[in-house]
Amino acid sequence: MSNAIEVAMTRPIVEKPEADVFAVDPSIRARRRENTLVIALRIALSVVLLGGWELASGTIVSPFWVSSPSLIFFALVEMVASGGLPFAIFSTMLVAASGFVLGIAIGVGLGVLFGVNRIVARVLDPYLTGLYTLPRVALVPLFILWFGLGFEMKTIFTALLVFFPIFMNTLAGIRDVDDDLIDVIRVMGASRRDTIFKVLVPSALAWVFAGLRISVPFALIGAVLAEMFSSSEGLGYIISNTANQFDTAGLFAALVVTTILGLALDWLVGMVERRVLRWQHKRH
Amino acid sequence: MVPIVEFDRVSKVFFKGSTQVHALQNVSLQVRPGELLAVVGPSGCGKSTLLNLTAGLMQPGMGEVRYDGSAVDSVNTQVAYVTQKDNLLPWRTVESNVGLPLEVGRHRDMPAIQKRERVARYIAMVGLKGFENHFPAELSGGMRKRAQLARSLVYEPDTLLMDEPFGALDAQLKLTLQAELLKTWEGSGKTLIFVTHDLTEAISLADRIIVMSSRPGTIRSIAEIRLPRPRDVFQVRFSPEFGDYFETLWAALREDMKHGTELH
Ligand SMILES: Nc1ncnc2c1ncn2[C@@H]1O[C@H](COP(=O)(O)OP(=O)(O)O)[C@@H](O)[C@H]1O
Ligand SMILES: [Mg+2]
Repeated sequence: MSNAIEVAMTRPIVEKPEADVFAVDPSIRARRRENTLVIALRIALSVVLLGGWELASGTIVSPFWVSSPSLIFFALVEMVASGGLPFAIFSTMLVAASGFVLGIAIGVGLGVLFGVNRIVARVLDPYLTGLYTLPRVALVPLFILWFGLGFEMKTIFTALLVFFPIFMNTLAGIRDVDDDLIDVIRVMGASRRDTIFKVLVPSALAWVFAGLRISVPFALIGAVLAEMFSSSEGLGYIISNTANQFDTAGLFAALVVTTILGLALDWLVGMVERRVLRWQHKRH
Repeated sequence: MVPIVEFDRVSKVFFKGSTQVHALQNVSLQVRPGELLAVVGPSGCGKSTLLNLTAGLMQPGMGEVRYDGSAVDSVNTQVAYVTQKDNLLPWRTVESNVGLPLEVGRHRDMPAIQKRERVARYIAMVGLKGFENHFPAELSGGMRKRAQLARSLVYEPDTLLMDEPFGALDAQLKLTLQAELLKTWEGSGKTLIFVTHDLTEAISLADRIIVMSSRPGTIRSIAEIRLPRPRDVFQVRFSPEFGDYFETLWAALREDMKHGTELH
């Protein structure tokens, strides 16, 4: 009984009218209708594409070349059941994640160093430009030579791919810092260290996160590519192995999983960004 | 009496690409400890440069700037500086922005409880109680100025530099903030150098006013404002003396404005 009263008392009084406003306001209703339409059309598009693919496979084009959604689905089920796929996902993610972290650490570190120290930046600049221009895939054989076929080589290669977007964005972020903010903290008696960690780095964070978003796919590309060259495990291995055996259904299945992983990683970074850069998303 | 801030025949030239901008020319000036000195002058005459030199953020080309008797040859941490632009750290809340000066510099080792107490006290003083956890982007322009003021006061520096702090605010809010500034400053014993291009504001607040000429900035005239304190910024502008001061100073300013418009 007292419980019921409490519930009645704590319930916000505005709840009802507000709900009515949302239901009645024509602009809000129009917006909602549009959202529903977009989602419906997206689903329809995938139904049409997958259906067309399914129908074309075996009639217009041989399934040997294009497989078909149903075959891919069964291949997926089989890979999951055998335990091969979960393990492959795990090893690929491990490489992608460690390479990502290593690349971020080096990218942010060097980005800050370059941004803070003009001499270092000027000395190393041409070397980094050279390294940037080099097609990095060409380095895989060299890395295999140096680090073997194992985890280290894959991680280092992934880190190399991840490094550049992060590094460049961190550098741009540091150079973009408002000089006024630096002046103001210096007058407060801040040391150089304070200036770097309390102004430069936080101010560059928005740029760093933009770099993170760009390099998420690179982390996955790096891991998969390294596995295709060298490995006996992971999604990259499944891709090259199924391709070698002309198992198109298996190949597509691996590609589907890789894509989903990429989307999931991007979503994760987006989540972290919204939390860390809360102040940016609170603009009115 | 040692002047708290002293400009001794200071000149400053900036280079913008290959063109030279002569910002200050032969400026000599003594700021008395505890006074509220207003600096007025047309825009671009070197008012902000004057404050930047006082804060040690730049060095004079010729002459010397002294603070409390000794030359300012690096950043001057004896002063607090409310710069012309908004300069709260956008990723910090009000509370954490106001607390920033206590994290760096000589207050670094103050006990945390004491820091928190001080931050709360100054936030309350500028009327931002209840907004501690707001980010600058969530505040109005006036509230951001209040937060900056709290941040400047929190480490209790001897001298406060303010660069057109109320320039961008609407007339009513400006009056309110001027009144609050006076209430905070009067009796504090602190020196306040206040840059503005608004003559009414300068006369309402200051003990002394420096009128600068247009570029290259020189000191055109210095006026003592002998209006009684504590002052009521809402009332003071209607007193007859206020009108006299205004006319004299306006004449000095206007001379330059004409000059300035001819140049451009
Ligand atoms: N850091 C700087 N670099 C180059 N020119 C500057 C710099 N600071 C100020 N100036 C120039 O010096 C002149 C005076 O500037 P400032 O002191 O900001 O004037 P005010 O604050 O009176 O408007 C202006 O022409 C301005 O462009
Ligand atoms: Mg200025």
